[in-house]
Amino acid sequence: MQLPIYLDYQATTPVDPRVLDEMLPYFTEKFGNAASRSHSFGWSGEEAVEKARKQIAALIGASPKEIVITSGSTEGINLAMKGTAEMYGSKGKHIITSLVEHKAVLDTAKHLEKEGFEVTYLSPDKKGRISVDQVRDAIRDDTILVALIWGNNEIGTLNPIREIGALCHEKNVLFFTDGTQAAGKIPVDAIADNVDMLCLSGHKLYGPKGVGALYVRRRNPRVRLVAQMDGGGHERGMRSGTLNVPGIVGLGAACEIAMNELEKDAQHTSALRKRFEDKVTGALDHVHINGDVEHRLPNCTNISFNYVEGESLIMGVKDLAVSSGSACTSASLEPSHVLRACGVGDELAHSSIRFGFGRHTTEEEVDFAADQMITAVKRLRELSPLYEMVQEGIDISSIDWSGGH
Amino acid sequence: MAYSDKVLDHYNNPRNVGSLDKKSNSVGTGVVGAPECGDVMKLQIEVEGDRIVDAKFKTFGCGSAIASSSLATEWIKGKTVDEALQIKNTQIVEELSLPPVKIHCSVLAEDAIKSAIADYKAKSAGKQED
Ligand SMILES: Cc1ncc(COP(=O)(O)O)c(C=O)c1O
Repeated sequence: MQLPIYLDYQATTPVDPRVLDEMLPYFTEKFGNAASRSHSFGWSGEEAVEKARKQIAALIGASPKEIVITSGSTEGINLAMKGTAEMYGSKGKHIITSLVEHKAVLDTAKHLEKEGFEVTYLSPDKKGRISVDQVRDAIRDDTILVALIWGNNEIGTLNPIREIGALCHEKNVLFFTDGTQAAGKIPVDAIADNVDMLCLSGHKLYGPKGVGALYVRRRNPRVRLVAQMDGGGHERGMRSGTLNVPGIVGLGAACEIAMNELEKDAQHTSALRKRFEDKVTGALDHVHINGDVEHRLPNCTNISFNYVEGESLIMGVKDLAVSSGSACTSASLEPSHVLRACGVGDELAHSSIRFGFGRHTTEEEVDFAADQMITAVKRLRELSPLYEMVQEGIDISSIDWSGGH
Repeated sequence: MAYSDKVLDHYNNPRNVGSLDKKSNSVGTGVVGAPECGDVMKLQIEVEGDRIVDAKFKTFGCGSAIASSSLATEWIKGKTVDEALQIKNTQIVEELSLPPVKIHCSVLAEDAIKSAIADYKAKSAGKQED
């Protein structure tokens, strides 16, 4: 077993060696520009891109013509939301999204607000889910777009995408979903799931970084977007720029593997997750699993360890690569906006850690990780004045902490 | 985030962890911070005459908060109450090489010292009135 153990698969995944093998020739001997029409270098590049487009489309039940290659989900989100707003802004200026979206969606929404759009931010239930009824109540005559995350990157909660999509179709509102964490992890069928636009990203499904795709529906309804990148008119004019052929080949190969091994991967990771959760919750009191244990991604869990602070906990498990639900490790000291939106108190949000399990994670690693967590939590609770108060029977929420900073 | 060696040392081997009898008249207790903010420090001193003969802490917070309070107990032990009141958060920042985002941890540690001493003084003032 090699240390440190990587348990941060929602942040990124390693490139699968099979994917890398497919990519390598496209850096060197097959280096042609896929837009070069006059020689075989260009043709082989184009052929490789079209094969990849089919592989990407197949993973999400789309047709290859509905796939726009991007640099990743951030770009896909920007193109979908800004492109829709620009194209349909004369029909209406109202957009619906939620408080548990990735920053790329939230900041794009903020940007559109500055341009005169009105955005409704739906508040999830305690488990991080948005309901169809909430969306129905929020849709107005001037609503042009609903943008909701499929599988949450912090807590793994899955939204009822198919039902929300059906509602959007009934109401003639376009529906974009951020499928970055869902694609390749759970079955996705753009048509059956009533999705109009969906973004995915190579590096979340064992493909390379810096490449992704945006699905843009061509029928019932046909979605038109205003390009956000002007230039040579690549990707049917929706996204100019010389195609990243090796990256695209990698994304295609990664999608094909993800499709073929979806069930196996899901079973593997969810079994490991259960093993981890059972061990940790069996050994420690005052732990809480965040999100929706019924409707969630198979490969992650977000756990609050009450009365210990997340950053100190991560410091105590230096052989594990995990991420804190609180953003203390970055420059800001704010707790996670997702946990906050779920109504998790700031105190618990500061005590939360996300664990992600991957294709290559082993039982031995999970057991080691659980033991490390248990030891670190016990040690930090020895140090915790809050845990001491709870042991003494003091109700922490009854204390006036107003002297605090 | 990279931690300084001194922060890591205090985090891995915190000094003076524990609790003193908060009901004792020779013990002063300071609890500062708030769980919602991600840091709570409890610092206690035991005073004989005007000298701090023992100090204990417990901290809920990041590594820098734990290190700041651990260092604070180390520094005040053996000092007189007045000397302990002279300790400034900037000295803690310097000793532990805390980055700007962690300065609040040192402020909290200074507050904890002051709060424990204030509690002790309030108790002994009450005693004299009896
Ligand atoms: C849900 C979600 N959306 C969007 C992104 C951004 O993706 P990318 O890194 O491909 O720009 C991420 C990854 O951080 C994500 O998890």
